[in-house]
Amino acid sequence: MLETLQTLDLTPFMLSFKLAGLTTLILFVISLPLAWYLSQTQSKMKPLLEAITALPIVLPPSVLGFYILMVFSQIDLAFTFNGLVIASCFYSLPFMVQPLQGGFESLNKNMLEASYVAGKSRLVTMLRVALPNIKPALLTALIITFAHTVGEFGVVLMIGGSIPDETKVASIAIYEMVEIMDYGTAHIYSGIMLFISFVVLLGVYTFNRQSRIKI
Amino acid sequence: MLEIVLKKNLHGADGEMVLDVNLTIEEGDFIALAGESGSGKTTLLRILAGLEEAEGSIVIGDEVWLSGKKALAPQQRQIGFVFQDYALFPNMSVEENLLFVNKDKVLVKKLLEMTELSALSKRLPATLSGGQQQRVSLCRAMMNRPKLLLMDEPLSALNPSMRTKLQQEILTLHKEFGTTTIMVSHDPSEIYRLANRVLVLELGKVVNDGTAKEVLLKTSGSQKFSFEGELLEIVKVDVISVAIIAIGQQLVEIVLSSDEVNHLTIGQKVRVSTKAFSPTII
Repeated sequence: MLETLQTLDLTPFMLSFKLAGLTTLILFVISLPLAWYLSQTQSKMKPLLEAITALPIVLPPSVLGFYILMVFSQIDLAFTFNGLVIASCFYSLPFMVQPLQGGFESLNKNMLEASYVAGKSRLVTMLRVALPNIKPALLTALIITFAHTVGEFGVVLMIGGSIPDETKVASIAIYEMVEIMDYGTAHIYSGIMLFISFVVLLGVYTFNRQSRIKI
Repeated sequence: MLEIVLKKNLHGADGEMVLDVNLTIEEGDFIALAGESGSGKTTLLRILAGLEEAEGSIVIGDEVWLSGKKALAPQQRQIGFVFQDYALFPNMSVEENLLFVNKDKVLVKKLLEMTELSALSKRLPATLSGGQQQRVSLCRAMMNRPKLLLMDEPLSALNPSMRTKLQQEILTLHKEFGTTTIMVSHDPSEIYRLANRVLVLELGKVVNDGTAKEVLLKTSGSQKFSFEGELLEIVKVDVISVAIIAIGQQLVEIVLSSDEVNHLTIGQKVRVSTKAFSPTII
């Protein structure tokens, strides 16, 4: 056991966190205007956009992975880390958009209108009035997106394969360890994942509870 | 001078109605907008602020805010808006709420002094009382030196003593800044104290327009007292009938003749007036 620990390869975890960090960052930038638009619009297009945004939640990862793979193989992105990041952005999109949208929708409309009347544009209102007042939703969006990307398996397997130091992330590594019946390493990898996921969720719920009490 | 000609279809609680308003308001006027809920008061205010679409024209001085369907954005209208629920920015301190509108620190200082809020300038809105929050909201509305100050039942969530105090502050600010002010209000004493003109809306139309005295004093002819109330019940006592009527917060009994009983239905609005008696005020 001790020997296994000493020789343990932690690169899959580093890759997972790098992937999740980049995905979260990119998705935050993309989702902020999208979530804001969805929360404010009365357009008839809204249900359509919402349905498209929510698709990755219900779609089997293999379906999503298959379509992305079809496209990526044409443009040399399949089985690369960059391809993995882009695929993860599709896969985790709803986990960023939905909490942000919910947060924006829960805001007092009069407060936003007070900002417009004060001469502030929609962009300034979103950044300086809306965003600072949805901190719990913002934290939830960031953490859940990060955690969900760390935990993804199907899409990663189809798009990234299992190239060591390139696309072999933690969830894939565990799968491989089980396949070659190295249960010791699989146990340790799984244990680490379980621990991190739990701590992250505990952190989010504790923060949200505290900010609710404060309000 | 503010000229307003508006038409807008509204989906009220009692079905469709048309907000149809044709008004001229003098600069510096303090207008009270009264009427039952659902009569279109808030919508009218929101259209003036540019927060709601409408068709018609709004011309203020030499600026055109609305012409046909083409409306100037609320950002470009230089207005102040005070909401019933204050609508302060919870993430900013009192001072920051004001500075968000306009970076004029001298004006912030002046407004906070006028409303006795200077000591609270670093506090967050959540730590203030309702009256204090509404004062901050009022100051915030004055920060862009509005040509038009719009207030949607600004004091209705406050207790009576706080109301009286804030009414005075509203009046002071209105005069100090020389704004034209339009306020939605249900409170006759508030309207009487503040407004020099009262407009009563009913189903989207102005049905009464005049000074507070003309509109609010309900006496006509030689009556001395006149109250509007709701008929709750008619009780038969021996040979006479007694009507129970709710006037404001109070119930009163009025003796009815049999002729009157036939003309009345429970729930209807009635006016109780009397002539020959000399009241005592305690």
